Amino acid sequence: MKTITVRYFAMFRENAGLGEETLQLEASTALDVFEQTRDRHGSTEPSGHCKVAINDAMADWATPVSEGDTVLLFPPVAGG
Amino acid sequence: MIAISNQNIDIDALRRHLTNPGSGGVCVFEGWVRNENDGRDVLRLEYEVYEPLAVIEGEKVIAEAKQQFPFLEAVCVHRSGLLAIGDCAVWVGVSAPHRDEAFKASRYIIDEVKTRLPIWKKEHYVDGDSDWVNCERCANG
Repeated sequence: MKTITVRYFAMFRENAGLGEETLQLEASTALDVFEQTRDRHGSTEPSGHCKVAINDAMADWATPVSEGDTVLLFPPVAGG
Repeated sequence: MIAISNQNIDIDALRRHLTNPGSGGVCVFEGWVRNENDGRDVLRLEYEVYEPLAVIEGEKVIAEAKQQFPFLEAVCVHRSGLLAIGDCAVWVGVSAPHRDEAFKASRYIIDEVKTRLPIWKKEHYVDGDSDWVNCERCANG
């Protein structure tokens, strides 16, 4: 188990009812974090339509996560 | 330069950042808040921005544009917060020695900003409903 802080944005934040929480997860990659928190962020989107950052750096879904990381889950963006 | 602003965009001030004695032209794109989307009457828009990464990713976009379409000056400002119909939501300006670089670089910057920066748009409708908008390219990608 790893202690991971997960941050939710936009619709994910509204679905979760909070912007950030620290969880104990059996997660090896950013994708594991996304999947294991799906009941919280409520995404109906596949991960490929969303983006992820780890410790304030953009990451890939296959990027490994480590104890104490902060994982930022971004729903599909819509600037402009 | 890229910036996120929760205030109205001061276009005259931004234009001054594009001044360069080597520039022969400037190309500006302004994105405005429109009163309709997908057949629904829009009352206002709300932008949520994760500024630390929006700025980093925006600077990357501008650097990529400069490498492909050498220009002299570029500025992009995106709004956050609540916006009314007709407000300027995003402003991109590029000045270059010749128009081709200015057109192409400004097009590249706005296209990439819309689909790469951590920015989310919520539409508030006249009927009282509201919804987050998904970028079409991301949703289809």
